[in-house]
Amino acid sequence: MRLNDCDPGFKHQIAAEPGGAGIRVCFGCAACSARCPVGANRPEYDPRRIIRAALLGQREEVLASPLIWLCSSCYTCGEVCPQGVRFTDVLTAIKNLAAREGHAPPSARITAELLAKQGRLLEITEFENEKRAELGLPPVEQRPSDFQSILGIAPQEQDAGEGA
Amino acid sequence: MKALLFLGCTVPVRNLNYELSARKVCQALGVELVDDPALACCGYPLKGSDQGHALVIAARALAQARAHGLPLVALCSACAGTLAEAEHHLAHDPIAAEAVNKELEPLGLRYEPGVKATHLMRFLLNEVGVEAIQAKMTKSLEGFSFAPHYGCHYLKPSEVLGGLEDPENPQSLARLIAATGAEAVNHPRLKDCCGGGVLGADEELAGSLAGAKLAELDALGVTAMVMVCPFCNVMFEGQQKAIAKRMDTKFKVPVVYLTQLLGLGLGLSPDEVGLKLNRVKPKELIKAFKE
Ligand code: SF4
Ligand code: SF4
Repeated sequence: MRLNDCDPGFKHQIAAEPGGAGIRVCFGCAACSARCPVGANRPEYDPRRIIRAALLGQREEVLASPLIWLCSSCYTCGEVCPQGVRFTDVLTAIKNLAAREGHAPPSARITAELLAKQGRLLEITEFENEKRAELGLPPVEQRPSDFQSILGIAPQEQDAGEGA
Repeated sequence: MKALLFLGCTVPVRNLNYELSARKVCQALGVELVDDPALACCGYPLKGSDQGHALVIAARALAQARAHGLPLVALCSACAGTLAEAEHHLAHDPIAAEAVNKELEPLGLRYEPGVKATHLMRFLLNEVGVEAIQAKMTKSLEGFSFAPHYGCHYLKPSEVLGGLEDPENPQSLARLIAATGAEAVNHPRLKDCCGGGVLGADEELAGSLAGAKLAELDALGVTAMVMVCPFCNVMFEGQQKAIAKRMDTKFKVPVVYLTQLLGLGLGLSPDEVGLKLNRVKPKELIKAFKE
């Protein structure tokens, strides 16, 4: 590690994100790491190590690391932290920063596009509604316009609009 | 008793057995589920990369529930958790709530604190109660043993749940299983995460999380594993074959939704609770309950 690559402002930037403030009170006990199921399977994934690197200001290493996307969001770390750090939320803050700098996996962009196109993750076609009708279930609809407005993604030409 | 049903993205497309049995069980218990086709995604899928927009999407659902004047009940633990977390966050942070409302205004919606958003199982536990549910049972599932899979988002974060249940020692699903007359099995990996949260990023990792639990339950020989979440279901039922193959072993652990069990106990037939649609079928159970 080269010290002049460190960014002492990184932890403040994380703390300013929703859910990120907990990073300030971490005292490095590794209770989170001890119970993390992902770490148990992948020793290179270590919540405490991620939080220490962030506190040290290793901005680029943390944001560009593929490891930050391996959290399964099980919330175990936060339940056992003696300092009340919600590591899952701190990591979400870190991932959000990473995404803004272009480090998100492609699935993140695809998810947003699907929501803007369909208003839901999985497409609803006649086929789905026929299957539902056979079981006596009411039809479901796609109403993407609210999602386009929220996400600021304009509908695409070919398959625009209130598909139903 | 009425509640607004939050189906989410996955259940109405991939888990019709869950939806069907949930609706039938509610009907049998006198709970009226109201549908609103404008409800869709809870925002969870966006959270990792864009929690700002994820929160607005969750708040949109909360605002819709408020317009109906009804509590919001979800079948998916990720939906229920996301909506409850959003309510918890926004109710305690008026500045965030104002920011969200700016985004909701063009949609003609407004978030106000006080919307109850919860998992259907918690709603049934709190509003109907285990004793009342048990009192309506007409068929006993005695002799069968089930392993409840609580899943992470059904139990945590504990502050969002408001002390309803200790995530280190969960009981609620076991109590509902016991209400059918069946045995609820406790085992060392009871609280293990399904791995679904990381399936998109690393299939092998996700599979090893679910695989350890499946192997343990296979060795225990339970009638079935019991779920309350379609994401956990993807791992334990949908991925089961692939996981066994990767572990170079063979196991077949039947997987059912808790609403399917409750439905059988309430006198519904295996078809009425959609057991035909289960991929790893609980054969003993189907045999015992078919007329
Ligand atoms: S358990 Fe809490 S205080 Fe300890 S290392 Fe993890 S986040 Fe830091
Ligand atoms: S939420 Fe993520 S970091 Fe925390 S214990 Fe679970 S997998 Fe590990």
